[in-house]
Amino acid sequence: MGFLTNLINGISLGSVYAIIALGYTMVYGIAKMLNFAHGDVIMVGGYICFCCMQYLGLPPVLGVLLAVVGCTCLGVVIERLAYKPLREAPSLAVLITAIGMSYFLQNSALLIWKSDPKVFPSVISLPNISLFNGQLVISPISIITVLACVVVMVCLTLFTQRTKMGKAMRACSEDKAAAQLMGIDVNATISMVFAIGSGLAAIAGVLLCSAYPVLMPTTGSMPGIKAFTAAVFGGIGSIPGAALGGILLGVIEIFARAYIGTQLADAIVFAVLIVVLLVRPAGLLGKEMHEKV
Amino acid sequence: MKLFKNMDKTTRSNLITYTMVIVAFLVMQGLGAIGGLSSSMKGQLVPITTYICLAISLNLVVGISGELSLGHAGFMSVGAFTSVVAVSMLQGMVGSPLVRFFLGCAIAGLAAACAGVLIGIPVMRLQGDYLAIVTLAFGEIIKNLLNNLWLGLDSNGLHVSMSNAAALGLEQGGKILINGPQGASGIERISNFTLGFVLVLFTLFVVFNLVNSRSGRAIMAVRDNRIAAESVGISTTKYRLMAFVVSAGLAGMAGALYAMNFNSIVPSKFDFNNSINILVFVVLGGMGNIRGGIISATLLTVLPEKLRFLGNFRMLIYAVVLILVMLVSNNRQLNNAFDMLKEKILRRRGDDDDDETPAQTAEGGAA
Repeated sequence: MGFLTNLINGISLGSVYAIIALGYTMVYGIAKMLNFAHGDVIMVGGYICFCCMQYLGLPPVLGVLLAVVGCTCLGVVIERLAYKPLREAPSLAVLITAIGMSYFLQNSALLIWKSDPKVFPSVISLPNISLFNGQLVISPISIITVLACVVVMVCLTLFTQRTKMGKAMRACSEDKAAAQLMGIDVNATISMVFAIGSGLAAIAGVLLCSAYPVLMPTTGSMPGIKAFTAAVFGGIGSIPGAALGGILLGVIEIFARAYIGTQLADAIVFAVLIVVLLVRPAGLLGKEMHEKV
Repeated sequence: MKLFKNMDKTTRSNLITYTMVIVAFLVMQGLGAIGGLSSSMKGQLVPITTYICLAISLNLVVGISGELSLGHAGFMSVGAFTSVVAVSMLQGMVGSPLVRFFLGCAIAGLAAACAGVLIGIPVMRLQGDYLAIVTLAFGEIIKNLLNNLWLGLDSNGLHVSMSNAAALGLEQGGKILINGPQGASGIERISNFTLGFVLVLFTLFVVFNLVNSRSGRAIMAVRDNRIAAESVGISTTKYRLMAFVVSAGLAGMAGALYAMNFNSIVPSKFDFNNSINILVFVVLGGMGNIRGGIISATLLTVLPEKLRFLGNFRMLIYAVVLILVMLVSNNRQLNNAFDMLKEKILRRRGDDDDDETPAQTAEGGAA
């Protein structure tokens, strides 16, 4: 049963990574930038939800909702202030700005909420599910996490494939100039992508903090890096790739922790990434682009 | 002076950089001699030289070779821990600490270069952001492995373990060199500012000579247009790998310098944030601009220390400054205005001394 427990935990952790990775991959797909501040938006989402529940005494659903709204606004504001003026700049300049933004968010959180870890209150008050005479215990939060991931994936796929805005997003990621000529508002579309990505980050933040209930200003950075890895793993720019990469990464991490050692788990995750990239240089589901002369 | 004027542009520019470093060193030494340096500043001198070396070496990859590397601190930590082990082992054999330092540096550089080859061969199959993520992954792997490495020394030689200190099985009087997450402690502090300065000069010498050689031109050709370079018979993998490995080796030496300045070092010091810091030096200094990298590494190492009185606001201000510098330096209108101003000044100066040769005026206009 240990195997099954680990598998469930892995899929649950992987679902969180997948939701975060979606934000990375969508932003990369459309703006061709590595948004290193994304991990810290997760942390902000966690803190907003925490404050709503702890200090304002709001019900968890409202807390999550406010976190999503807050992070969506934050994402749009960040894009408008820091990334939009750099649309034409070299990609490294944008990368450094994103890193600066990440430091900014972390240190603002440090000033507002101080460095002592906060214990995240449980969002869901359901009992654990016991199967096989208590040999297999599933916490409700892992089920909710996996469900949330599935719902998000389905909604996002429908959104990008069926709606006009989704079509505009795909067009922009193919060719911005051509999209503009077709009458698509490229800036609005990019803002929209940041809004969706950041909103998802808030959900991921709440789910992450519910599963691992310690909240610190640096809570988001490591999951951020892992999710970024997951996005690359699945093929950056591809939405199903992000989901696949996230879940695989979560499962690998939990299995490595269980069977090899807690300390070496991260090393193994990154080693697997390197091996995958060697075999498939564009990630699992990424399109390989051949340069034309 | 005539000699200086007739020199070709790169030699002159390189000489200016060397002179700048030497003058800065002499000024600091002078200030130190008359007691004009605070103790915190004195403690900063070796880290500054370390970060200058790291910025120069990363510039080779990011600026000259045009690849984004996010794992430079990984090579630094390979060098740092290798040097600690090497110097401890040499303690009985080599008397002079100076010789031990240079041997330690050389071994550290070699070890980091080997790590560079090891990671470089697979990495060079990838392009752009994929390469960046693999270097990031590599940095994290190194940190994790060092967190799980125990290394001890006794009369039987080196003992290695991946589980804990007790598993080393050291005999009485044996010394633990690397103690897992606690890192290395009791390091012999044999590096100093002068040695750091020597290492900066060495790094500059290596990078300048590489850049201005046939290989350096090949590296830049690959950066500017990979397909065109390939079509004239330049092996892209070979030259990209060359830049990567030389950069790794130099970073390893810088790591050795850094490690031997402290009593103890921990693996978690050399994490992703540290790699990013070095990258920030390079980008703020101007990619491919060695002199700019030196200046920004110095300023950005000193500045956070000077801002310590701000407490928790320190890093917030650092972040804001970082974002603003990027926004301002990439603002097209501002850059255009700046270029026009520069041109105006240059033209006026050109009117003043008419005896200037036409070639130089043209050069001034282009600069």
